[in-house]
Amino acid sequence: MRFLKLIVIVSIVTGLWPCEEAQANHKPGHMVNVVRVISPGGIEAWLVSDHLNPIINMRFAFRGAATLDPEGKEGLANMVSGLLDEGSGDLDSQAFQRRLEDLSIVLRFDAGRDTFRGRLKTLSDNKDAAFALLKSAIGSPRFDDEPVNRIRSQILAGLRRSSQDPGTVAGLTLAAELFPGHPYGRPVEGTPESVKAISGDDLKTFVHERLALDNLVIGVVGDIRPDELGRRLDQVFLDLPASSKASNVKEAQPQISGRTKVVKMAVPQSAIVFAQKGIKRDDPDFYKAYVLNHILGGGGFTSRLYDEIREKRGLAYSIGSYLYPTRHAGLLRGYGGTANKRVGETLKVLKSEWWRMADKGVDGKTLKDAKTYLIGSYPLRFTSSGNIAAILVSMQLENLGIDFLDRRNSLVAGVSLNDVNAMAKRLLDPDNLVIVVVGSPEGVTSTP
Amino acid sequence: MQVVVISNHRVPVVTHMVWYKAGSADELPGKSGAAHLLEHLMFKGTKNLPSGEFSKTVARIGGSENAFTSLDYTGYYQNVAVEHLEAMMTMEADRMKNLVLDPKEVDTERLVVLEERSQRTDNNPGSVLREHVRGALFMNHPYRRPIIGWEHEIRALSVDDLRAFYDKWYAPANAILVVAGDITLERLKPMAERTYGKIPASVPIQRGRPTEPPQKASRRVMLKDARVRQASWSRSYLAPSRITSISEGAGKEHSYALEVLSGVIGGGATSQIYRSLVVEQKLAVSAGAGYGSGALGPSRFSFYASPTPGVSMDTLEKAMEGEIATLLKDGVSADEVARVKKSMFAEAVYARDSLSAGAQVLGSALVSGKTISDVESWPHRIADVTVEQVNAAAHAVLENRPSVTALLQGEDPQ
Repeated sequence: MRFLKLIVIVSIVTGLWPCEEAQANHKPGHMVNVVRVISPGGIEAWLVSDHLNPIINMRFAFRGAATLDPEGKEGLANMVSGLLDEGSGDLDSQAFQRRLEDLSIVLRFDAGRDTFRGRLKTLSDNKDAAFALLKSAIGSPRFDDEPVNRIRSQILAGLRRSSQDPGTVAGLTLAAELFPGHPYGRPVEGTPESVKAISGDDLKTFVHERLALDNLVIGVVGDIRPDELGRRLDQVFLDLPASSKASNVKEAQPQISGRTKVVKMAVPQSAIVFAQKGIKRDDPDFYKAYVLNHILGGGGFTSRLYDEIREKRGLAYSIGSYLYPTRHAGLLRGYGGTANKRVGETLKVLKSEWWRMADKGVDGKTLKDAKTYLIGSYPLRFTSSGNIAAILVSMQLENLGIDFLDRRNSLVAGVSLNDVNAMAKRLLDPDNLVIVVVGSPEGVTSTP
Repeated sequence: MQVVVISNHRVPVVTHMVWYKAGSADELPGKSGAAHLLEHLMFKGTKNLPSGEFSKTVARIGGSENAFTSLDYTGYYQNVAVEHLEAMMTMEADRMKNLVLDPKEVDTERLVVLEERSQRTDNNPGSVLREHVRGALFMNHPYRRPIIGWEHEIRALSVDDLRAFYDKWYAPANAILVVAGDITLERLKPMAERTYGKIPASVPIQRGRPTEPPQKASRRVMLKDARVRQASWSRSYLAPSRITSISEGAGKEHSYALEVLSGVIGGGATSQIYRSLVVEQKLAVSAGAGYGSGALGPSRFSFYASPTPGVSMDTLEKAMEGEIATLLKDGVSADEVARVKKSMFAEAVYARDSLSAGAQVLGSALVSGKTISDVESWPHRIADVTVEQVNAAAHAVLENRPSVTALLQGEDPQ
């Protein structure tokens, strides 16, 4: 954590500190240049070569994760993600973990609703071992009883803990409200009952059915050249099955009911989450909605929700909204937290901002500022190799095209005032916001 | 004002940070939360800039920004395209000197902070207990107060209290400027002279803080709360930080050895404690140990574990005490020490990959009493740590020393 070579320090201006050292770094700047690599065996990865530091970052994703958990086995994908680094091939759990630690290799897996993701980070010196461990983790996981039981206990402990966290309970309740009967309504981490029901065979079946070449995308950033990456891709991935089991997940129609649901919990601050219909990532109007949401409740300290709810009234510490496009549904979601006695007032302001935006839209100056922010802040996402590799994976999952990074800012710039205001009228639906409150709110009750 | 430049030309972006050598531990008694509430209010207006305009300007140029308050420091940063750096420096220098504290805005922001406190602390029994551990572990040092402040004192903070804190601590002589990214010293220097250079430097302030008396008794804090569904246990010992270690004198500079020790016994899935309590004995679902060397004042060395269902707190505590006793009796092995040192170096290389990590590491070190050479020599100092030093540090901090044991439990016996 604390070792930095490129340090310059001087004393200036106020002259209270002696000049300690001056040494400049003259490495040339370079832009992010994405290259498509196809391995001899036909596996594709997108690569940004960057030899500044002796580090290689690989991120990858298999399409299809928690949504495909069998009924009654919810949490299966999540449990697999906790076990792939707990022993494979000749190495049992402790031996595998020890090898990772000895070589300072980071290898982790995460399961979401739609994707099962992995990340590998290694120093260039240890890349042989790193790629071999990754191959073994996805190709021949052992699922020995000891780690399976241990990871299961940890997941159950996590579920017990989060069962009393208002924000987590609010999110799960909202998903269940929006998607009854659809896999999107189920918890990614499962329930205590479903996690206990997962067997060793279930874990193996998941790996066999899901980790295949036809649903895999890969992004790599760092100290590796295209020809070498090609060979490594074959080494790591080529033994995987060619095709995964077909997904049977249907398009989801969220139940945008206008319902308010209160879940009682003895906490001083109520957690609030809300949602309405949004827009999917491949919708041609995506950027219109994206800019609209930025103005309404997006990041930074300048959105309308932030201004009205936090800055002007001090009702909340966190408040905001975001587009939540998933593979089978599009949502516009938001979150906040406020003292129990101020929940009613917060919801009132929230709805009135939703109305105001739908009714009156935005003016030209607000739009211009928003676009300048969204365009100008884009490079800030490219300040670490891991982030860039994750972006390369998302670009492939969303079919954005390898030239997306060059086009993205013009997509934002192309959004007109008319576009945003038409989108506000079309999309925003204040009467039908689904709202979940977890806490002991005063004067707010569930819709009958 | 001390200035640090970390050049990294990957993208034409810079992180601009100003760190003040003042944190929650520098507040006056009874005024807890002042440093943090002031940090929030720094985003309001100045004599030259209307309220809210700071953030609007940052957003308009496509920047991101935030601020943070810690025990020993308060920091502000913006990430912006390099061509906007001087504009940021101009605004940051402006609010270093010209902040306006409007009573109405103070009251509104106080509500925001109270919500922040609810969200971070009062909504979560584990966080509530951690406040009590801190209060017990530090009997006299101001680290006993929560950074965000006690609720009743946040409610009572006046505009004058905040103004006094600002006037005392916010000045170039008490601040450090860190700029990381697509910038060189040659380009930064004239900008700094045009901005921060215009403010009277003031004089650096000695931070006089109460210190700990000799601690003679161990303490236990227990929280039973119906909300708790997963119990947890911890034990904390006072330990020297890097800075307080120096003043202990030759042969007692334990901070480097303690960093290695925490890795060996409690850092990750192959550490001694995890292996024994979680993998082998199955008494806990998670377990480990932790130590941080960064504080200006005293630090702590902690052990923690969450019991497996059906395992009593008493059984878990005895098992953990057994681990500590074994450590003190048998010591650590040369192999383990070598492994942990190696992985600490790798972490340092990884940190070079991120634009903000370097700025964060350097800023937090300098603002809490360390020097650039402390930061640069860290790998060598860690490399020099011997098995004997690790064992000596363990004995110094853990053997027959008073501690604070904390139990978090639900109301039903678990």
